[in-house]
Amino acid sequence: MRFCRALFVTALLIGAPAALAAQPQPSADEFVPMEEAPPEEQIPAINLVAAAYGFVWIVVVGYVWSLGRRLQKAESEIAALEQRRR
Amino acid sequence: MSTLNKIELALAGAMLAVAPWIIDAAPYESTMGLVQKIFYFHMPAAWLFLLAAIIAGTASAMFLFGKKRDMDGWALAAAELAVVFGIITLVTGPLWARKAWGIWWVWDARLTSSLILWMIFVAYLLLRRYGGPGSDKLGAGMALFGLANVPFIFVSVNVWRTLHPQTSVVPTLPVQMGGPLWFCITAFFLLFLALLSMRARLERQRVRIEDLYLAEDEA
Amino acid sequence: MKGFFRVAWLVVRKDMMVEARSLEVVSTTLFFALTVVLVFAFGLVREGTPVGDVSAAILWIATAFSGTLALGRTFERERQADTLRALMLAPADRPAIYAGKLAGMLLLMALVELVLVPLVGLLFQAPIVAYPWHLAALLLAGTTGFAAVGTLFAAMLVRARSRDVMLPILLYPITVPVMIAGVRGTAAIFQGTPDPDLARFWIALLLFFDVVFVTLALWTFEPVMTE
Repeated sequence: MRFCRALFVTALLIGAPAALAAQPQPSADEFVPMEEAPPEEQIPAINLVAAAYGFVWIVVVGYVWSLGRRLQKAESEIAALEQRRR
Repeated sequence: MSTLNKIELALAGAMLAVAPWIIDAAPYESTMGLVQKIFYFHMPAAWLFLLAAIIAGTASAMFLFGKKRDMDGWALAAAELAVVFGIITLVTGPLWARKAWGIWWVWDARLTSSLILWMIFVAYLLLRRYGGPGSDKLGAGMALFGLANVPFIFVSVNVWRTLHPQTSVVPTLPVQMGGPLWFCITAFFLLFLALLSMRARLERQRVRIEDLYLAEDEA
Repeated sequence: MKGFFRVAWLVVRKDMMVEARSLEVVSTTLFFALTVVLVFAFGLVREGTPVGDVSAAILWIATAFSGTLALGRTFERERQADTLRALMLAPADRPAIYAGKLAGMLLLMALVELVLVPLVGLLFQAPIVAYPWHLAALLLAGTTGFAAVGTLFAAMLVRARSRDVMLPILLYPITVPVMIAGVRGTAAIFQGTPDPDLARFWIALLLFFDVVFVTLALWTFEPVMTE
């Protein structure tokens, strides 16, 4: 399991840049047309994209931070308990 | 945090950091314009949300019927990730919908099923947090039922909506995927792997702490 | 197989006898259902006529709310006297005990529905006699699905902390398909031009839900209730 993951990460580090360079650009006619919203309802798209991207970062960083803190707390508790046992 | 976790996290972080430039280089989508680019985060998050839910349900079944104690930790880890990736999916979706369809929320089958599945896992986490003794088995039952429920929710919401006149605002999703999309999927998947293993590790440590306290009481 | 039904019957009979002596759950649940319908009436009736086709929704929401209350009360009684543990210690099949509990809950909820349906028909002018068999099938199949999940969760929660708030939190997201199917199916036969075919589709979906979730519950009851 762990080996597979390590292998995946290594393969990615080596192979991804090459694959990315060789990747053909997608064509632009992939979507069905949208329904036009009335003009007064429009919000500039860049704000929405920025909000989405920012939200992803906030959630991911927040979660990694909380997970790291919880792990650290558990580790120090284990260390304290083991020291007391000795 | 193990070295592998650190590499995975750093790599995922770097990939997410350069993602805007990669996505920017992708061809401008003609009908939906700039807002279509939200899709590059939305879809990977949605996939991983479903993957996390499936892992949680499967691990719960193995815990309940196979009596494998460590599977409970994996179920809990996957359930927490389902909530994290679920909230990303549920927030980026409406941001896209606002521009593409003109409204924040549509009671479409896919959206509504995602919302209910997300609620099921929030309920799971609440139970694990405040349920007290015995909540591990109870939670396993909940996750199992939640996963079995997905097709029912999808069918019922689908019929409920499509038999009403005001639907069909949801466009079919693109079939062909470009390089930037795969780039984002890879970044999110790496992140998912690192977080899942870290969270499961935390659960193993909690079990260890409990065992240590028990040993101390006996001594 | 004969033993299974015998154990289930004994559990039902025990629950009915306990209930018949105190009438605690039946009376409180019935009154609660009445209160829910009245609260909806105050919110949704304007100038003597109800807004839109709300009667189906009110019927099902009142059923779900009072069902949750009944589930909580029934198992709270078992917990206080510690009788559920005794039941679990008895040399009987666990799934049979679950089946008995489920049957008892269905009887109780059927009683509540017998009062609720005429009440909704009376207060919200719902055509409850237009398609009586469709309505009965919807109520039976929907209540079975709701109670199948509810009985399992309430039994599991007996040992848990903060069980009062946990039961609805766990139960409502899981029973969303039951609510949609029940409300839409009932609305299909209550509306101006009834659509019995649509109601039949929802009945079929509910039956399918029942089969899957009763099987799953019978299957999970054993490992979940083992301490």
